Amino acid sequence: MAKVIGTVEINEERCKGCDLCVVACPTEVLSLQPKEVNNRGYHFAYALNPDSCIGCASCALVCPDGCIEVWRMVEK
Amino acid sequence: MTPEEIKQKGTKVYTKPELLNDTPMHYCPGCSHGVVHKLVAEVIKEMGMEDNAIGVAPVGCAVFAYSYIDIDWIEAAHGRAPAVATGAKRLNTDALVFTYQGDGDLAAIGTAETIHAANRGENIAIIFINNAIYGMTGGQMAPTTLEGQKTATTPYGRRVDLNGYPLKISNLLAQLDGTCYVTRQAVHNPAAVRKAKAAIRQAFENSLKGLGTSVVEVVSTCNSGWKMTPAKANEWMVDNMFPAYPLGDLKNTVEK
Repeated sequence: MAKVIGTVEINEERCKGCDLCVVACPTEVLSLQPKEVNNRGYHFAYALNPDSCIGCASCALVCPDGCIEVWRMVEK
Repeated sequence: MTPEEIKQKGTKVYTKPELLNDTPMHYCPGCSHGVVHKLVAEVIKEMGMEDNAIGVAPVGCAVFAYSYIDIDWIEAAHGRAPAVATGAKRLNTDALVFTYQGDGDLAAIGTAETIHAANRGENIAIIFINNAIYGMTGGQMAPTTLEGQKTATTPYGRRVDLNGYPLKISNLLAQLDGTCYVTRQAVHNPAAVRKAKAAIRQAFENSLKGLGTSVVEVVSTCNSGWKMTPAKANEWMVDNMFPAYPLGDLKNTVEK
């Protein structure tokens, strides 16, 4: 059966760690770095479960800083 | 399949709008301004108006909008954006002229300019960010602050007998004959973001067609001013702001 898969790329230096993408993600792909910080001192978002991504772009839509790029494809 | 393979074979479904430049935004983490900036940048690009758009940003957190969206901007005195936009639009009749104002700016100091520009039916679009607080200056009470809401200047909550009622200025503007489109939107979840984008697009098109003043109120969060996390602020907004400021079109005289 065809399955929709996706992937996200996060601009770590632009991210302010606001957590809104983590809340918006329906498949719990994203999380905030528990310890690591970027140059501005924010716990940036990263893909904790990249395999669950369906490329719905919900995270990117709600991201206030436009840090997230999303790709989507159908796996046959 | 690895992420690299998906990037090669799949299609890119979302990226930062081209008009939004790489300057890091000064807004607090999770601020709704960033989302609305993205929408404005996307809509202007989609309409092909990037060379002929004039934004007017008065005082407020969004005063630095000119640093982030690569179009022409005018910085107006506090509250005077609709007056400045009136001049810009009357002299540049084919330009897309819009203002980007907060609630302290539009509903307090700029009440007169806002109401009279709308009453004259100036062909401008007004984007009104309503977060019920003065965010830039440290979270003081705004006209739109909810009853009982705690702010820096109402530490025990806004009292109606002392401070009056929350001002629903979009409802006021909808009563005026000069406005053609008054709507209230939010950007707290992906569906709301898509609706808000469509509303901004319609407002900009009305402005270009010369149909009158369009107002897009975006009910927003100010998590720093409200002293909450961004996610909690969104929940608080749904529970407290939406009953006072229900979403939807307040007026739409434009036939689709």
